[in-house]
Amino acid sequence: MGYVAIKGGGRAIAGAEAAMEALRCAEGEAGTPLTLAAIEQQLRLLTSRVVSEGGLYHPRLAALAIKQMQGDTLEAAFALRAYRSTKPRLLDLPVQETRQMRLIRRISSAFKDIPGGQMLGPTTDYALRLMRLDLADESPEAFRSVSRRFLDGVADNDLPDSYPKVVDALREEGLLPPLTRSREAAFDITRDPLVFPVPRSAALATMARAETGSLLAIAYSNMRGYGDVHPTIAELRVGYLPVVLPHPVTGEPIEAGEVLVTECEVVAMYEGADSDGPPTFTLGYGACFGHNEVKAISMAILDRALQKGMRDGPANPSEDPEFVLLHVDGVDSMGFASHYKMPHYVTFQSDMDRLRTTQGKADAAQSSQGVES
Amino acid sequence: MNVGYELPLDDAAYSFGFLDEYAKREVRRTILKAICIPGYQTPYASREMPMGRGFGTGGLQVTLSLIGEGDTLKVIDQGADDSVNAVNLRHFVELTCPGIDTTERTTEASLIQSRHRIPEVALSESQVMILQVPYPDPLVVVEPSEARRKVMHGEADYSRLLTKLYEDIVQFDEITISHRYPTRINDHYVIDPSPIPRYDVPRLDNSPALILLGAGREKKIYAVPPYTRAEPLAFDDVPFRIEDFRDAQGKRRPCARCGATDSFLDELIDDDGNKQWQCSDSDYCHSRLAERDTIPGEAMS
Repeated sequence: MGYVAIKGGGRAIAGAEAAMEALRCAEGEAGTPLTLAAIEQQLRLLTSRVVSEGGLYHPRLAALAIKQMQGDTLEAAFALRAYRSTKPRLLDLPVQETRQMRLIRRISSAFKDIPGGQMLGPTTDYALRLMRLDLADESPEAFRSVSRRFLDGVADNDLPDSYPKVVDALREEGLLPPLTRSREAAFDITRDPLVFPVPRSAALATMARAETGSLLAIAYSNMRGYGDVHPTIAELRVGYLPVVLPHPVTGEPIEAGEVLVTECEVVAMYEGADSDGPPTFTLGYGACFGHNEVKAISMAILDRALQKGMRDGPANPSEDPEFVLLHVDGVDSMGFASHYKMPHYVTFQSDMDRLRTTQGKADAAQSSQGVES
Repeated sequence: MNVGYELPLDDAAYSFGFLDEYAKREVRRTILKAICIPGYQTPYASREMPMGRGFGTGGLQVTLSLIGEGDTLKVIDQGADDSVNAVNLRHFVELTCPGIDTTERTTEASLIQSRHRIPEVALSESQVMILQVPYPDPLVVVEPSEARRKVMHGEADYSRLLTKLYEDIVQFDEITISHRYPTRINDHYVIDPSPIPRYDVPRLDNSPALILLGAGREKKIYAVPPYTRAEPLAFDDVPFRIEDFRDAQGKRRPCARCGATDSFLDELIDDDGNKQWQCSDSDYCHSRLAERDTIPGEAMS
């Protein structure tokens, strides 16, 4: 009695929860529960993904969500979003200055040498993807000594706090249009629905908390030929961005803390002068919470593609703001994919009614005309 | 990333109705606008709820924004109060809204949240019906772009939708839309009435109860206000038709449990492969059985 069995729910839901919990703890006596610190630090790229897609910079809560959802990034980001729904918005942030980022990595693929220099930093870009079998049975002593040895002999003030930005140099040379500060208030996608056409700030905010894979897939379609952005990475930087808020009493800007962000600026080929000035390169911008370079690059390419689509009309899916912005949210798309698992027997009953009626009419028509099937 | 700060454990207690007060106020404003423009899909900044998009988060935000102490809530899914998703949603509202009552009886409820059905018993002026909506726009079958659909709605341009219905008749000699039947509200906007069967569409017309439709993922709320015209799209010579529950002899099938011949039926296949038909509205079926049991002299089947 398949259909009936799906009814009668409270006990079934409790049972499902218990089964999930049993699998989480299936190691039994031999197991050690994951600590949140271990998830936050050792699975830092996973935590990065979840704070970014969850749209809430709270690495410790993200670690908890990862533990609770047993490593499912979509579910973990979802839990963080739902938590965010319970919180009021307290204030509008002033524009935060990424020139002040405390960098751990910055590269440019446009110039061999850039002001401040290339800094490869933590990346697997040039690592050989060979299995490190020594990690399979890592000794705690060896594990604990790595960080200490890495920092040994590094003076605190060896590194500058911040670096100049590559795009500033391009602007000075007139290769990029001068920076104009928008007078429009930034669009808050958590407080206003997207009603198209939407401003660029709404597109950027939507992509900043988009699901990494979804963003990558649409950006990749542009890279392969369903589009023609052909980006050059002017600068990709990863680091800690100071968050500056007005003091609640004095109104003076104060640093409230810092958030790990990834920022990417891509330069694309110039367009015919759409203003009175001379032709220049065009810019695409991507940024997200955490360390997630593929996401920042994908976002920057799509920002460029969408700006083109907004100006000339979309020639490809990646240039269509509706197509991109309504299909990259992980919480929305995974929720809807999951909902098909719920009972649909009323609608299916209705579907069968239509099909049977139509079949009946087709049969009647065939038998009266003697037509073969 | 930073270590050394504590989790907000003291925040674990949620406010009444889960959402913060600003969010609930925004939903109520949207509802007012939706009532003022019958059938218009009013955009709002739908919040993420702790259950999946597609599981009724739009209906739930409407319910949580309206419910208060003294309200009695009924939650159904596929017509049943004990369907897993209905149980889950009801449990969540009970958890976050202390002081409210829940019921399975349609007549006792002041708020009814439902997926895919409108109860069999006629609703009253003191009730609010909240339907969960996956696709708010009936034009999506003929036009994928939301921006273009918005213009079509504004101009009441439903020609492509009517053409689709016409093409159905040409190809199949029947309109093939089974559920989510496009319905014109107050002689202007055509709505997707949510995936209710065609059987329930006439219940929207001049309903004494306010009917609110919430689409969480698509971020829209729309309404069929009380005593408002709701007319399924059809042609003069091809009238709108509800689901047919007659057997091969043309006799209306009764519910196998309560014997009702005036309810929407679920088709069931038992372990032996035999088909059975039962009321989809579980409260309607239970109430009929209970009534029959209390009437002396009438035998149990």
